Amino acid sequence: MKNLIEVQNIKKNYGNKEAVKGISFNVEEDEILGLLGPNGSGKTTTIGMLLGLLKPTSGQIFINNLKLEENRIQILEMINFISPYIELPKKLTVKQNLYVYSKLYKVKNIKERIEYLSEKLRIGELLNSITGELSSGQKNRVSLAKALVNEPKVLLLDEPTASLDPEVGDFVRTFLEDYKKEKKISILLASHNMNEVTRLCKSVLMMKNGEIIDQGNPKDLITKHGRTNLEEVFLKLSRSKSEYN
Amino acid sequence: MSITRIYGLFLRHFYLITRSFPRILDLVYWPSIQITLWGFISNFFATHTTYYNNAVGVILTCAILYDFLFRTSIGFNMLFLEEIWSRNFTNLFIAPMRIGEILTSLVITALIRSLIGLVPAILLTSPLFGISILDLGIFLFFLFLSLYIFGITLGILVSSGLLRFGPSFENIAWSTMFLLAPFGCIYYPIETLPEIFQKIAFILPLVYIFEEARNILINQTVNIQNVYYAFMWNAFYLSLSIVLFYYSFNAAKNKGTLINMGE
Repeated sequence: MKNLIEVQNIKKNYGNKEAVKGISFNVEEDEILGLLGPNGSGKTTTIGMLLGLLKPTSGQIFINNLKLEENRIQILEMINFISPYIELPKKLTVKQNLYVYSKLYKVKNIKERIEYLSEKLRIGELLNSITGELSSGQKNRVSLAKALVNEPKVLLLDEPTASLDPEVGDFVRTFLEDYKKEKKISILLASHNMNEVTRLCKSVLMMKNGEIIDQGNPKDLITKHGRTNLEEVFLKLSRSKSEYN
Repeated sequence: MSITRIYGLFLRHFYLITRSFPRILDLVYWPSIQITLWGFISNFFATHTTYYNNAVGVILTCAILYDFLFRTSIGFNMLFLEEIWSRNFTNLFIAPMRIGEILTSLVITALIRSLIGLVPAILLTSPLFGISILDLGIFLFFLFLSLYIFGITLGILVSSGLLRFGPSFENIAWSTMFLLAPFGCIYYPIETLPEIFQKIAFILPLVYIFEEARNILINQTVNIQNVYYAFMWNAFYLSLSIVLFYYSFNAAKNKGTLINMGE
């Protein structure tokens, strides 16, 4: 399988503080890689570097074999991102927001694309609603539609189901599984929901203090650490100062 | 440069304006109020001072010109702040937009916003005070263009600060125009300023623009040198602001401001 994301020994320092300490990983086509770690472990910094919002202190990032540093615009055309910490303009309608972002990503056949996403994400009835007046679950699906408007090859998700009720959360997870399978895209998923990660991810990276402290298939990690689920593995690794620090 | 992307970002702000009547009202309201206020003041000065005796409307014309500058600059800053307030900043900077495309789109949108406010204000001056800013003739275009460039320059400088330092720079965004106003010699000749202030004023395009506006209205002559100096200084400051914006963008990428903006 082809690697759509290749991260080679990236570091990020803020002054004297090392936020990310030389990590490397790949994400294959048609793969969801989980990025786990406690707050402050370097997950957001890593995602920021992949999005070109942060410049690595050293190391290289390749997306679809293109070096990020030299091909920022070309790469941003094939990548997208959602996070509960960023929002779409609240005063615009859902349709206006999707139309604006379709223009920014130079989407051809905008009408058809919006119709396709509306149907898949069940937001057809929301298209003329004001974005800021939607519920969390509705906003989440609209953000997801925005993230898919450019048919990305690489999707970066930062806690995509945070603050969603179980039904909507399950809908989003099922949608992501199906969409990945259908479009053969790569997804990097940062999440604190261990059940979600176990269900969706072929492999996971465990980060702590800017380093990858363990990685592998969720089931293999559970066996390796002698635990019954990924949450217990997460807690063990997060708390085991002597072993990994 | 992609026209589609520039248009896309323009649409984002156009939708915002057209969706909200209070926003349109806000754009029109302040210039009209300001012009009306200065209209009455200038009428008063016209009958009580010798300097303005033969040129009713000098202050009013300068007020309109200054308001255009103010609206352009604030308008540009508002477009940038709007993205921060709506927590849409990251979405914008992960879209495949070149810095040049973002700036071009904001420059066009800021112009339209300014004109929405300015046109009703200009239309008000004629029936209320019997004065038309169009008396400045063809040079009115050059004066407006000069002011527009300087307004945009200030907007880009402030946006650079927002990029570099984050939302905490917001207060500066509101105060830049007030800081420069005394040096701009908007309502008085440059000789009014102390000598040290005059030196500062001479390196700003504003003084040449407003001196020329007064010159045309009072002396009925055109000093092309003023227009030339205004454009020369504008070219210098605009280039400087664009360089600074690129520098701030790179600095923000090193510092991480782009990720945390709006939080």
